[in-house]
Amino acid sequence: MSASEFTAAVERTRTLGAEPVAPAAQVGAPEHPAPAPSAGLSSPTSILLGSLAFGALFLLAWQFLPPALGVPSYIIPTVTDLAREFGRMIQRENLATHVFSTVTVATAGFLIGSLLGAAMGYVLGMSVFIEKVLSPYILGLQIAPKVAFAPLFIMWLGYNAWPKLIVTILVVFFPILVNVLQSMKTVDRDLINLARAYSMGRLQIFWKVEVPASMPALMAGLRIGATLAVIGVTVGELVGGNTGLGYLITFGEGQANTAMVFNAIVLLTLVGIVLYAAVAMIEARVLHYIPRAMR
Amino acid sequence: MLKTASVLELIGVTKRFTAPDGVSPLTAIERVSLEVRAREFVAVVGPSGCGKSTILNLVAGLDRPSEGRILLNSIPVEGPNPTVGFMLQKDLLLPWRKIVHNVEFGLEARAISRAERRQRALRELQRCRLQDFAESYPYQLSGGMRQRAALARTLAIEPAIVLLDEPFSALDAQTKLILQKSFAQTIASSGITTLLITHDLMEAVIMSDRILVMSERPGRIVDEIPVDLPDRDDPLARMSAPRAREYVDHLLASLHLQEKAA
Repeated sequence: MSASEFTAAVERTRTLGAEPVAPAAQVGAPEHPAPAPSAGLSSPTSILLGSLAFGALFLLAWQFLPPALGVPSYIIPTVTDLAREFGRMIQRENLATHVFSTVTVATAGFLIGSLLGAAMGYVLGMSVFIEKVLSPYILGLQIAPKVAFAPLFIMWLGYNAWPKLIVTILVVFFPILVNVLQSMKTVDRDLINLARAYSMGRLQIFWKVEVPASMPALMAGLRIGATLAVIGVTVGELVGGNTGLGYLITFGEGQANTAMVFNAIVLLTLVGIVLYAAVAMIEARVLHYIPRAMR
Repeated sequence: MLKTASVLELIGVTKRFTAPDGVSPLTAIERVSLEVRAREFVAVVGPSGCGKSTILNLVAGLDRPSEGRILLNSIPVEGPNPTVGFMLQKDLLLPWRKIVHNVEFGLEARAISRAERRQRALRELQRCRLQDFAESYPYQLSGGMRQRAALARTLAIEPAIVLLDEPFSALDAQTKLILQKSFAQTIASSGITTLLITHDLMEAVIMSDRILVMSERPGRIVDEIPVDLPDRDDPLARMSAPRAREYVDHLLASLHLQEKAA
């Protein structure tokens, strides 16, 4: 996926929730997409160049400004300090193993959490009774800071991968559950009546109308979940264990190795971006029928 | 004879809804009796909130009458019914399906083969002059075309009667005229029995064989006007007929609109 596709996918989340609306047009003429904006400052190339220039400027400022202002490198290491430390971490700290551990737990937690969250959302969406009975508890759990459970899970399950995984699952679960449930509750009643008038049963209505209608909300939930998964796994690793990028943060902290902490944060961000991009790519495929208006 | 057989009959139908306070029930329609004969095009007009859409929900079997009986081809309506097709102001196309799959939607609860379903859908798209858009998605069509696709979906189930609930009211004036003509032709050529619910008096005059006038809530039928004009398949021709204006005036009088405006 190219950078522009990715930005376009990000743009589309902002319009999510809005029903796709075809603008009125003369009968007999199919809809034509709006003409591309004229070249100049708003052209995709100049936007990309602008972004790259900003990034370069930022890195340059990072490299030269702190030393110029007399900030020592153990407070803010320069970009080259970070690169040097990065090389050392690969050679001496088994960086690949830590990255692999974080990516695995984040991905597994994200997948399991979304699956459970979506399933629960659909079940509650199908049954008004269960939804009403459980809704105060769901609200409570949704508000509770899930990452705060991490020490509990460590006490129960020990210093292994399970506490991290469970925190990640828990963090991902709720936004997806809430999004799916909300969309199930707001499916157009007329659409459901139409399906009923066509003699469709409850299950057919679910699969043919409700599930597809909930896709935009599910996808929005997955995007939120993708970013939260990284937070979940990081907290899990910070609190306990001896592997993963979150562990490297506490380890670096203990050694007063600021560069290591910075590097771990950068890598965690990258993991999040990759996860998010994967979701955005899936979404672009699933929601292909929603017009890409207003880029 | 088949010609005069009634497809739809409402006999003394009353529908009451429980009010939000749960005490005083709200009577939407009261002792409504009407009949639609085979191949007939009947329009129902009335002020807003007179229970026009309640009639539609009852006939479609989505709701049950509080009193009275509803017969479709002499069989009482007791639930959603495959012989009733209905269309609303909203096209209700599924945005994630191609047009042809949208047209097939109404047939998917039936025991017919995939191939036949496709064949029927394509036939109806042809009838609605949308065959070139079978593979398009709804967002790629204009409002008028989407409404025609919805008509194709409605006709694909081969209903005994089609209920149209203000199907043109969300469209701009020009699209509306073109679509009224398009619908009139499609309905005339398929010989389908139609009940049109509308608040547009001219629309009722130019499209139907007979007009039923309803009163304000609780809705009752207060007048019945046979439209004795030629060209039912060409609303635009009817519109320019001088007598069309007379019918509209008559309707205005029976709805007492002049007095209310004064």
